[in-house]
Amino acid sequence: MTKQDDSQNSTGLIGWIDERFPLSSFIKNHLTEYYAPKSFNFWYLFGALALFVFVMQILTGIFLTMHYKPDAAQAFASVEYIMRDVSFGWLIRYMHSTGASLFFVVIYLHMFKSLMYGSYQKPRELLWIFGVAIFLALMAEAFFGYLLPWGQMSYWGAQVIVNLFASIPFIGPDLAEWVRGDYLISDATLNRFFAFHVIALPLALAGLIFTHLIALHEVGSNNPDGIEIKNFKDKKTGIPLDGIPFHPYYTVKDLVGLTIFLIVFAAIIFFAPEMGGYFLEANNFVPANPLVTPSHIAPVWYFTPFYSILRAVPPILNSQFPGVAAMGLSVIIFAFVPWLDKSPVRSIRYKGSLYKKWLAAFVVSFIVLGYLGTVPSTIWGQFSGVLPLLGGSDVATIISRIFTIIYFSFFLLMPIYSKKSITTTVPTRVKM
Amino acid sequence: MANKNKKVDVDRRRFIVGATSITGAIGVAAMGVPFVSSMLPSEKAKAAGASVEVDISQVKQGSVLTTEWRGQPVWILNRSDKMMQSLESNPKKLADPELKVKSQQPMYCQNKTRSIKPKMLVIVGICTHLGCSPSPRLSPKGDMGDNWEGGFFCPCHGSKFDLAGRVFKGSPAPTNLIVPPHKYLDENVIIIGEDDKDKA
Repeated sequence: MTKQDDSQNSTGLIGWIDERFPLSSFIKNHLTEYYAPKSFNFWYLFGALALFVFVMQILTGIFLTMHYKPDAAQAFASVEYIMRDVSFGWLIRYMHSTGASLFFVVIYLHMFKSLMYGSYQKPRELLWIFGVAIFLALMAEAFFGYLLPWGQMSYWGAQVIVNLFASIPFIGPDLAEWVRGDYLISDATLNRFFAFHVIALPLALAGLIFTHLIALHEVGSNNPDGIEIKNFKDKKTGIPLDGIPFHPYYTVKDLVGLTIFLIVFAAIIFFAPEMGGYFLEANNFVPANPLVTPSHIAPVWYFTPFYSILRAVPPILNSQFPGVAAMGLSVIIFAFVPWLDKSPVRSIRYKGSLYKKWLAAFVVSFIVLGYLGTVPSTIWGQFSGVLPLLGGSDVATIISRIFTIIYFSFFLLMPIYSKKSITTTVPTRVKM
Repeated sequence: MANKNKKVDVDRRRFIVGATSITGAIGVAAMGVPFVSSMLPSEKAKAAGASVEVDISQVKQGSVLTTEWRGQPVWILNRSDKMMQSLESNPKKLADPELKVKSQQPMYCQNKTRSIKPKMLVIVGICTHLGCSPSPRLSPKGDMGDNWEGGFFCPCHGSKFDLAGRVFKGSPAPTNLIVPPHKYLDENVIIIGEDDKDKA
């Protein structure tokens, strides 16, 4: 009830607005009197950074749209036009392309934080699921955007991904044709991917980010100790004893993080915008040619862990659908983590060493699969023909199969090892 | 307005709300049809997917001509005698030597050479794995290893096919390459995308 009293107290322009729109109360509820745990560490920067990169992608995207032509005959040339003739076009495009990669960097770190500190556990399951939905939408957004420069990698990457849908039993081929709007990736496909990239998915992302934040502010932030700060409130004021107002404390802290982030970001834009072929692939500087596939096809780095899983699963019963299903599952499975984790505590600090080892194994498998997805499967040669079973198979394929099993085991065995892992006592109040 | 003497008929209200909701939902779903259909291949795209005529008189023995049908590469390979022999040698290495997956070729190419005229192979140059275009590696051995007798190699995920487009075991590609519908208009001209199936 204090809120209403306050709004009646404000005078002048703010008072005039507050009588018609909940401006002051909004600022209080979500910033100046939104209490976050005082023990946020480095890992808690990435949510704010992700929001920043999202806004930057929208802004740079708007300006790129002013010069880009979503037409198979003109798309490639219009990107080169942006790079060479538009004033600062190169800067805006590199901000956008580097932004895409760094978006995934901060999202992956943001997700890792939640896995470490159990930020998906009750009552934050829905918050986590909105996050997984954002991740999915972001992957779609990146995929659609990657076709737009209409280079060889754009073209053949889209060809491979759309053909994933074609492997779905029964409806697959018709579905792929419907997605493409043609019998092959063509002008029709480019035009609709442009529509998805510039309006449909950004809108969906904005909506999902909004619901993610609403859910966050409803349940409050978790913290590195995984303790509910609402359990210890000042009896007079009702303010959590271990909470501090988001503004100015965390806005200022996030600004420091943002500054460091921007230094890295600028260094990439100015010195290594292609990042050795990881952010912008060499083959994408060749215009799309439907008749010639480049000799080595790999998606951009942020898709490669999942792509490796796709390649690792062999065709079963003359169908490559199992591989496609495994790849889909490797992403969707994140949504089930709140129910797979049976640990009585949230944070990795008290979850015990068994859980830590599993999380470490997951991180290693994610990185190894990510690396293997960027290289041809023949990179480490073949096993010698003498060996039983393995003889003649690509070494890298076998390694990626092993790590695919570890990747899925992290999730599927979680109900077992999270219960078994011996936990230590959780303190009642957060540690600094 | 509400008559206090009359009771509200809850069942009736529930029925009306339900009926209205269902009718509305059907209307909304029906509105989805035009939007979903608008994403299907347009009439223009369908027209471009029509058949193409190819003059094959210049395709020498042992060489391949790449042509385009529905925007996909189609190879016309004139197999030499040596190439024909290689088709016989290794049925055990192939995943589907007996062409059990019938959708990969029309009925009239359901034979050992997967072609109408034994030597002349007409095949869609798109890998049945994920749609990359394999590259013809017609000559034996070389960088493909000593067991290679000539065929097609997909650079994306390493699928291998023989000179009839049949997939080798152990490839990620699940099925043989597709033989498109085609027919001979005369000795040297074929038409791809059209056959006599309808007339027969």
